[in-house]
Amino acid sequence: MTPTSTPPPWRREARAHFPGVPAWGLATTREAPESFDVSPLAEVTREWAWGGSDGSGVRVCVVDTGVEGAHPRIGGLERAVEVVREQDGGLVLADCEPVDPTGHGTACASVIKSVAPGVSITSVRVLTDGKAGTGDALLAGLAWAIDEGYDLVNLSLSTTRSGFREALHELTDRAYFRRCLLIAAAHNMPVLSFPWMFSSVVSVASHDEADSMTYYYNPAPPAEFHARGVKVPVAWPGGREIRSTGNSFAAPHIAGICALILSKHPFLTPFQLKTVLYLAADNTTRPHGETHVR
Amino acid sequence: MSADDIDGTERRLLQSIVEVARHMFGAAASSIFLVDPDTGDLVFEAVSGEGEKQLVGSRFPMGTGIAGWVAVSGQPMVADDVSTVSQFAQDAAESTGYVPRTIMAAPLIRFEECVGVLEVLDRTASRSELDDMEMLGLFATQAACGLELLLRVRRNRQEVEHPDPRELLRRIGERLPGRAGRRDAAVVRLLAIASDLLDH
Repeated sequence: MTPTSTPPPWRREARAHFPGVPAWGLATTREAPESFDVSPLAEVTREWAWGGSDGSGVRVCVVDTGVEGAHPRIGGLERAVEVVREQDGGLVLADCEPVDPTGHGTACASVIKSVAPGVSITSVRVLTDGKAGTGDALLAGLAWAIDEGYDLVNLSLSTTRSGFREALHELTDRAYFRRCLLIAAAHNMPVLSFPWMFSSVVSVASHDEADSMTYYYNPAPPAEFHARGVKVPVAWPGGREIRSTGNSFAAPHIAGICALILSKHPFLTPFQLKTVLYLAADNTTRPHGETHVR
Repeated sequence: MSADDIDGTERRLLQSIVEVARHMFGAAASSIFLVDPDTGDLVFEAVSGEGEKQLVGSRFPMGTGIAGWVAVSGQPMVADDVSTVSQFAQDAAESTGYVPRTIMAAPLIRFEECVGVLEVLDRTASRSELDDMEMLGLFATQAACGLELLLRVRRNRQEVEHPDPRELLRRIGERLPGRAGRRDAAVVRLLAIASDLLDH
């Protein structure tokens, strides 16, 4: 969904709030609720959710190690930017070459493309060297992606530094209210890390089946969904392909599925989109699509 | 405990980590890298199995290849079919002198920071990829705890035997402000005397 000149209500400038201005109430007796576009949820089946969709029109941002745009399985990027540390230590976002020295971001982007070939992908490179740490660059890159109005952000990384927890919390909530859905990979080790553990994002861990469209809702979060994450064929820099395992590659499967859904139902909110994911998961549907009732 | 003893223990611990990792997975080789806190480089510390032992001590820039991703992200990862990918062959040959078909790597995390990477090349005793990654992650956590304890012993000893004057002054400076007690005044007088001594 390309940004338009009149922003929809969820992309409006955040209004000031301090004592002395009206709070968030709406006096419906004298003022009608504002009208806006809605994607109603009828009978949600997989066919309803993404039948016939290829993800066209959906803008996905991959916040990672960069993406090799020229890779045949990527087929070009909308934009490539990186987080740069200035001399005074501040971080800025700058356009960069569509390259990926590590390979991880390219792998994730290729998984999204394999599920939703029509999406438009932008790369934000936040992992450049270990010395800079992952926390503040991740925060800067994520803030940029949210402000730029991407529909989906794939985040196959997290930070274990608890000092960033609060700032990340604010950022993910901001994304949620702006209809920017964050799909975050659960950490592969049982350590505390963020932001995948927050409820405002869609968190994904791996199942070990070889089907890209099979995914399960996990009734015992924090990882809310299980998607393909074992021996996933992924693109690797230099035009190559390897098979790789990890939650990092499960998240982009869900990002791709979200793109398919959003392409067909562009006005779904993040909570509706998560609901559709839930209703169309392999363990909540029966063969003909009707919802499981135990 | 003498300096040699601690160095010897650290060497044995590192070697033991790679030996156990290799045997756990019936792997062709296992190696361990530690992050140089000053440069961010990965320093090749120990290897078990196939590979060139003389490469121990060599450095690799952070942020390239599988070990680089594991170090910057703090996440374990498994990659298969890498022998056809020349970049891996090159990386692996540079790091261990051995070209693998599969690589599995996990971070060594100390508190909230990745201090190293443990790699296992060409495992044969595999239960499933998810179980393997889980087990390597668990073992890497234990290994990181061992290294952490050694590091603490070493730091404590260095502080007692050869305190770093800049570090000492920084710590004094951090604790001084905001406390106008008698003890602080005495500390300031002592610092003034030290400054006088350096002037003459």
